[in-house]
Amino acid sequence: MGEGRRYLALSFPLLPTDRLRRHGFALDAPLVLVEKARGAMRLVAADLMARRLGLLPGLALADARARVPELVAEEIDRHGDGRFLARLADACDRYSPMVAVEGDDALVLDITGCIHLFGGEAELAADAVQRLTGLGLHVRKAGAGTPEAALALARFHRGPVTDERAAVLGLPVAALGVPEETLRALRRAGLKTIGDLAVRPTAPLSARFGAGMAWALARLLGRADSRITPRRAPPALVFSRAFAEPIGHMAHVMHALGELAGQAAHELEARGKGGRRFAATLFRSDGDVRTLEVETGAPMRDPAVLMRLLEARIEALSDPIDPGFGFDLVRLAVPALEALDDAQLRLGEAQALEGSLSALVDRLSTRFGRGRIRRFLPRDTHVPEQAAQAVPAVAAAPARWAPPEAGEPPLRPLHLFSPPQPIDVLAEVPDGPPMRFRWRGGTHDVLRQEGPERIASEWWHDVRRIAPPRDYYRVEDKSGHRFWIFRDGAEMPPAPRWYLHGLFP
Amino acid sequence: MRATAEQLRALRQEVAGLERWQAETTPRRMPLGHAEADAALGGGLEVGRLHEVFAGHGADAASATGFAAMLAARLGGSLVWLRQEQVGREGGALHAPGLSEIGFDPARLVLGLLPDPLTVLAAAGEAARCPGVGVVLVELWRMPRPLDLTATRRLALAAETSGVSVLLLRVEAQAQASAAQTRWQVHSLASVPLEANAPGHPALSVELTRQRSGPPGGPWQMEWDRDRGIFRAWDGGGAALSGPQLPLAAHG
Repeated sequence: MGEGRRYLALSFPLLPTDRLRRHGFALDAPLVLVEKARGAMRLVAADLMARRLGLLPGLALADARARVPELVAEEIDRHGDGRFLARLADACDRYSPMVAVEGDDALVLDITGCIHLFGGEAELAADAVQRLTGLGLHVRKAGAGTPEAALALARFHRGPVTDERAAVLGLPVAALGVPEETLRALRRAGLKTIGDLAVRPTAPLSARFGAGMAWALARLLGRADSRITPRRAPPALVFSRAFAEPIGHMAHVMHALGELAGQAAHELEARGKGGRRFAATLFRSDGDVRTLEVETGAPMRDPAVLMRLLEARIEALSDPIDPGFGFDLVRLAVPALEALDDAQLRLGEAQALEGSLSALVDRLSTRFGRGRIRRFLPRDTHVPEQAAQAVPAVAAAPARWAPPEAGEPPLRPLHLFSPPQPIDVLAEVPDGPPMRFRWRGGTHDVLRQEGPERIASEWWHDVRRIAPPRDYYRVEDKSGHRFWIFRDGAEMPPAPRWYLHGLFP
Repeated sequence: MRATAEQLRALRQEVAGLERWQAETTPRRMPLGHAEADAALGGGLEVGRLHEVFAGHGADAASATGFAAMLAARLGGSLVWLRQEQVGREGGALHAPGLSEIGFDPARLVLGLLPDPLTVLAAAGEAARCPGVGVVLVELWRMPRPLDLTATRRLALAAETSGVSVLLLRVEAQAQASAAQTRWQVHSLASVPLEANAPGHPALSVELTRQRSGPPGGPWQMEWDRDRGIFRAWDGGGAALSGPQLPLAAHG
């Protein structure tokens, strides 16, 4: 099946109730989760205790309560379950960088090429199941040559798999994952298992039950190639260090990361490459995962600089890293490689110096967040709010700004209000700016003014945002405060509205 | 915060080194262009020092900010401007085209928007220690608790060690004890009108209220000459009328 690739599917049939139980919820009573459907609260999930009592999803809550009065019912939190599944996927990063979330209850890992690290597929799967069970989860696992087969076996096969192909053929048609009406049609035609379908020619099946069914069958049987879509693109380079005994001291963790940074530098140098982003992932032995990312303005590979950035990142964490029972795996990933040869290094030496502005930008962005440290890029537009684009400084090189026109006073304000501030006009003249206006409790008598400068909205960029043109004036009051104000809308009644948009020095 | 003997010793050594360094070098001075102000400063504003710029009133925030940005333009190099995120709502967001219009190239600007005064000061300390930076502009509104004498001493020390000029811009604040080299108070000033009574070039009333190495001075009335990048004397008092100029009839 599939050109020798191997997939491991992990299915969590009781994930919503397992998640609540982890928080010590209703430990000795049957637990069900409900949701409003077809005009009544109905069960959508039930734990093992409830299932043994015959309380299955689909049942109305009122009926379930009548049968089992001591029942504990909670409303289902699908977002919470989704986040929890995503965290489980993070935890499974330790087995393979290619992890996909399937539906709301399963993960599929592409373990091709990772198996030898664990001494075999069975060992890898057993380790995963042991860890996940340790988190209080019910887990089913299956390995196969296609993601669909692995997932179908994990969800529908009972007992150990000795012959993979036979096991797939023995699965019920529900394992295809096709809509309910297709399943009903298949069952009516007497086709109950995948094996019943596999022996028949594809064309008539496709004609009768739809191309979707034929496609699902081909992928399940490995006749069509299929791959998983990992949650994240796998990084270009990964360096890991596993510990037989979990380590609880951050100093030891940093030491291990320092070694990995050294390995990374060595490998990057050999390839003539560098990285602009680095991610350190700390896997706790109980399944918790912390990832620390740092970013630099220019490609680099110096382990000392990288470690300083990581230390700054850790210092800046609002919730400090809790080693718990210790970390048993640390990993350093370089998501993408960028060219960095010796010539560039020499050229960039001045830039890469610790005291340079770009090094400062890297440090500040790491410490305070990349979105907080910005540069401005000019944009070719008349709309004042859009004339400058603020971008993270680590991600942008300085751009060229056109110099102002000689001899003119500043025509654009140093401070811009967003949104513009409404002002009360106390005295006005027909064709000009107000003679007196009130803003924030202060009254301003206009002594000098220039305008109007008409600025129209650029409707050709986005027709949904057609705004009336604005007439801008530069005005100065008696005390020498200079403002940028505009009149909104047409000159027609009702009375035009005036806004203060900016302040000049 | 209690310093251990070890930290104290290290600090003493650092200070001793700084004093040696200070004795060996005379500070570079950057003339403003305004003759009287430069004379009062002993030739110009000292580079690589901490200077404070106060807005006279809340309404003078734009003038004081403008003055600080103009000083940054004169001092040269790249500018790291640090302000609190929420200040943008009250005082307006920093508008890069407007910065360009007063003669500071926005390409040389890195803006840090930080959550609170403590992080502003932390970032300022980091930036002031970085010799690749020309000017660090630290904008703090009102009287934040973390900004005390010790905090200004740290900034002043960092500036002297690295040669970075640090401008501490204070809005709606009263002067307090600080380690700054100079302290300025800025008020808005009516501009010299252009043709058709249009508002003219930025005009400021600037007072040197305190300096470590000399007496205070001013206030001086200045106009910012963007094209030459200097402050010049403002002469709007007599020559210009503060209203539309009406042609007088030849015969009364």
